Amino acid sequence: MTLIDATVAPDTPSGPTPRNGADLWRRVLGYRPPQRYIPVLATAVVLITLYIFGRANYARFGRPQVVLNILIDNSFLFVVAAGMTFVILTGGIDLSVGSVIALTTVLSATLIQAGWPAYAVLMIVLAIGTTLGLGMGSIIHYFNIQPFIVTLAGLFLARGLTYSISTEAIPIRDPFWTFMSSERIRFGPRASITLSVVIAAVVILIGILVLAYTRLGRTTYAIGGNEQSAMLMGLPVARTKVAVYGISGFCAALAGVMFTFYLPSGDPLHAVGLELDAIAAVVIGGTLLTGGSGYLVGTVLGVLTLGLIKTILNFQGNLTSWWLRIVVGLLLFAFILLQRLVVARRR
Amino acid sequence: MTSPDSQVASSPTQRLRDLTRHRLFWPIVVLIALLITSAIVSEVRNFQPFFSITVREGGLYGPLINILRYGSVLMLVAVGMTLVIATSGIDLSVGAVVAVSGAMACLWISRLDNENSLGGVLVAVVVALGLAALLGAWNGFLVAGIGIQPIIATLILLVAGRGLAQLITSGQIITVNSGPYERIGGGFLFTFPVPVLLAAAVTAFAMLLTRRTALGMMIEAVGGNAEASRLAGIGARRIKLLVYTFSGFCAGVAGLIYASSFKGADGNNAGLFIELDAILAVVIGGTSLAGGRFSLSGTVVGVLMIQSLTTSIYAMGVPPETSMLFKALVVTAVCLIQSPAFRAKVTLGRRRPGAPPPPTPAPAEKAEVAA
Repeated sequence: MTLIDATVAPDTPSGPTPRNGADLWRRVLGYRPPQRYIPVLATAVVLITLYIFGRANYARFGRPQVVLNILIDNSFLFVVAAGMTFVILTGGIDLSVGSVIALTTVLSATLIQAGWPAYAVLMIVLAIGTTLGLGMGSIIHYFNIQPFIVTLAGLFLARGLTYSISTEAIPIRDPFWTFMSSERIRFGPRASITLSVVIAAVVILIGILVLAYTRLGRTTYAIGGNEQSAMLMGLPVARTKVAVYGISGFCAALAGVMFTFYLPSGDPLHAVGLELDAIAAVVIGGTLLTGGSGYLVGTVLGVLTLGLIKTILNFQGNLTSWWLRIVVGLLLFAFILLQRLVVARRR
Repeated sequence: MTSPDSQVASSPTQRLRDLTRHRLFWPIVVLIALLITSAIVSEVRNFQPFFSITVREGGLYGPLINILRYGSVLMLVAVGMTLVIATSGIDLSVGAVVAVSGAMACLWISRLDNENSLGGVLVAVVVALGLAALLGAWNGFLVAGIGIQPIIATLILLVAGRGLAQLITSGQIITVNSGPYERIGGGFLFTFPVPVLLAAAVTAFAMLLTRRTALGMMIEAVGGNAEASRLAGIGARRIKLLVYTFSGFCAGVAGLIYASSFKGADGNNAGLFIELDAILAVVIGGTSLAGGRFSLSGTVVGVLMIQSLTTSIYAMGVPPETSMLFKALVVTAVCLIQSPAFRAKVTLGRRRPGAPPPPTPAPAEKAEVAA
């Protein structure tokens, strides 16, 4: 219910009391939220509508664990989508994230099997993910090749490396992994979250702070708005552009680690097509794919929307999984149209 | 420019230089090297001789024929993709359209009273191709009509299309047992495999249409600068709508072949990742991703290269999935060679004054990707 209040609030202006009823009425009707918030607000409205729909139709939908399970099942998607938001804000795209996740899971499983300590494995996989991202970012920036094609090569490279390590699933048996996957933070008798949700929350919080309050964050928006202008303003375009792909690579590797907490195994078939989910979440969250406009909060709402749709389809039972893809496609279409209208009106 | 004497004197080296500078020189060299490697490997491992072609039961067989046959699906998709990329667009939805088209044809045939009736199969083919072209036109409408970026517009169908294919097949793998339909993927006509002929026909049609009429020039004009071409009196929107529809149609034919050779429709796996292979083939063939220039013959070379790479990897006994590693290296190398910024940095002496290079040279990243 608090969510509903938060989104309705902008429609009723608070401030000095208007002189008469007609004036108040005109102000209420005439109020428009700032245009940059419209896509995020639209996502929030969709999310709330979906939740109300779920509550109204399914008896057990109201249990707190239903919502908590959405957080648990999508914890790694939050992290990937957060990294993807940085890249898309600069006007780029990162197709390699799904493959980097697979590479991370298989590499972790192999190294653990070989008897490496957990902290060393974690450091190695995170370093590899970040390096891959930085490498792709450097090629994109310094050689001026389209992000789409470079990260496509990254997709092939990471998936190919994964297959050359192992073509089969490897189980992970390690006390640290067992702890991370089974430990729960409890809020009551029937409500709990995993530690991965906490990691995701921390990553998102850091991401929001970086985007809003640091030079890196502001430069990210500036590059997406107009790279040429950003360069002429003397902003560190090269460093930032390489950095966002590094951030995305790091987030993907971290998401891979969280994936192994969620499903303790390394499998080259893990996370096939996850980049599409991440991109869809970012777009549904109201971030402009041409860059320069959007919020990480929107991405969070986008991931929640995807998760909620999945949950509703599960509750419905007779609607099979392919409906998910169709519904997500329709939502993408609706939000891309909305963005188009917002951009058209701004010009 | 030069006197006739000096031209004659430098003629052999000049000709060699012209040859090595030809857009398709390196792709063809790599293709030949791949074929020779495959031949040596199959010799060492005592397989069937690589360059042998035999005639059995009215059809050609042999490793080379297999490359053509298995490459035909990719060939069809890549032809449509070439024209889309030439208008500075991209079509990510082809894999999904392959799945939808195959699913539609198989559903239609499985509902027939007699699966072997030629008329029924023909109707199924027309319906499936019509649906595929319609999906392509939808992409074209989003790009040309509403003005959405091509990557994003076709992303919608990439996400939703596979769901649509599974909706058509009700989530199951529909198997068909239809003689006429199986001939599309497995039959022979004039001793040539039918899929190869289909791919060749569509490619030749596209080549004729773009090189013997003004259409090719218009497509390149739209890719070079859509606004300028519109002012020059070219219907840029109509051209875009046309190429996306054609791309959908090509993917539809590819889907028919795919479903026919597997004797069934698999909404999940049909044409999975084929959009990536197709883009790769187009880029290898020298078509610029920025649009405004395209080469269908280059795409043919690109497709053959990717397919012989896949075949030789199978022959070497390496896990076939590692072919992705090679593809990654190839696409990186080709893109780097095509990139003006990269060439400017490699030939440091001949830097253009207009474009000051960024401060840090980047050999480290190259090494990283190669590693």
